Amino acid sequence: MSLLSIFNQVEISHYIYLSTVLFSIGLFGVLFRRNAIILLMCIELMLNAVNLLFTAFSTYMGDADGQIFVFFIMVVAAAEAAVGLAILVLVYRNTRKTDVSFLDQLKG
Amino acid sequence: MFQNLPIPFLILSFLTILSALYVVTSKNPVHSVLALIFTFFTISAHYVLLNAQFLAVVNLIVYAGAIMVLFLFVLMLLNLSKETEPVKSNWWGIAAAISAGSLLLIITAAFQVTGEAVAKNPVEGIGLVKALGKVLFTRFVVPFELTGILFLAAMVGAVLLGKREKNNAVLLPKEEGGNS
Repeated sequence: MSLLSIFNQVEISHYIYLSTVLFSIGLFGVLFRRNAIILLMCIELMLNAVNLLFTAFSTYMGDADGQIFVFFIMVVAAAEAAVGLAILVLVYRNTRKTDVSFLDQLKG
Repeated sequence: MFQNLPIPFLILSFLTILSALYVVTSKNPVHSVLALIFTFFTISAHYVLLNAQFLAVVNLIVYAGAIMVLFLFVLMLLNLSKETEPVKSNWWGIAAAISAGSLLLIITAAFQVTGEAVAKNPVEGIGLVKALGKVLFTRFVVPFELTGILFLAAMVGAVLLGKREKNNAVLLPKEEGGNS
């Protein structure tokens, strides 16, 4: 079975639905959970949903630009995870908590 | 709608959505991290199905190999493996479910209206290193260099944030415990 034969059976719309479901699950996690580390993980999940959609469109259109954009999204995700986790460690060092609902000192 | 789909695609999509749901709903953060790693593996399998082989390998190395190990290290450094999260009230869950569900509904409904707008034009070998490298180092060479600067800034920022200050400046008032 050639891998290219999947184009005859799977439409781009199925990838759009799958990515939308993944993105919505990530959004639900960001809204629902309080643990900051799980919030960061849900953001990674949303970024991966977008990556999957970029790749699907790139492959179906026969254009490599979408896959290059996936690289750049991966770079931004890695930088975001590094800085976010450093901030998280700093917050934990000062408050002994990773609960984001305790970080309400700036509300005025 | 789903009857004539190939079995590998169906199984992979089911596993992806199931493990993503487990990431969100699991009480134990370590289980969440492991489920997220499994999600990344299934997404890499989707990349292979989509003929993006190089992207599949990079996804495994960067996400499952580097970022998730960073998450696991921070989890174990902070000793958060037990269930420390206070229970949120049900209203938060209902509100979050309504928000995410309406986003899902709106995007799928909008796509139902627009329909198929993408022409199928599969090109052999587009996801291999040769084709991607040619595009990356000709048309996208300036963004590629800029991501290097972004990485340097992120590295400096992470090191500076992680460094312990000498005077032990406290950002937040010490309510319980404080820093030792």
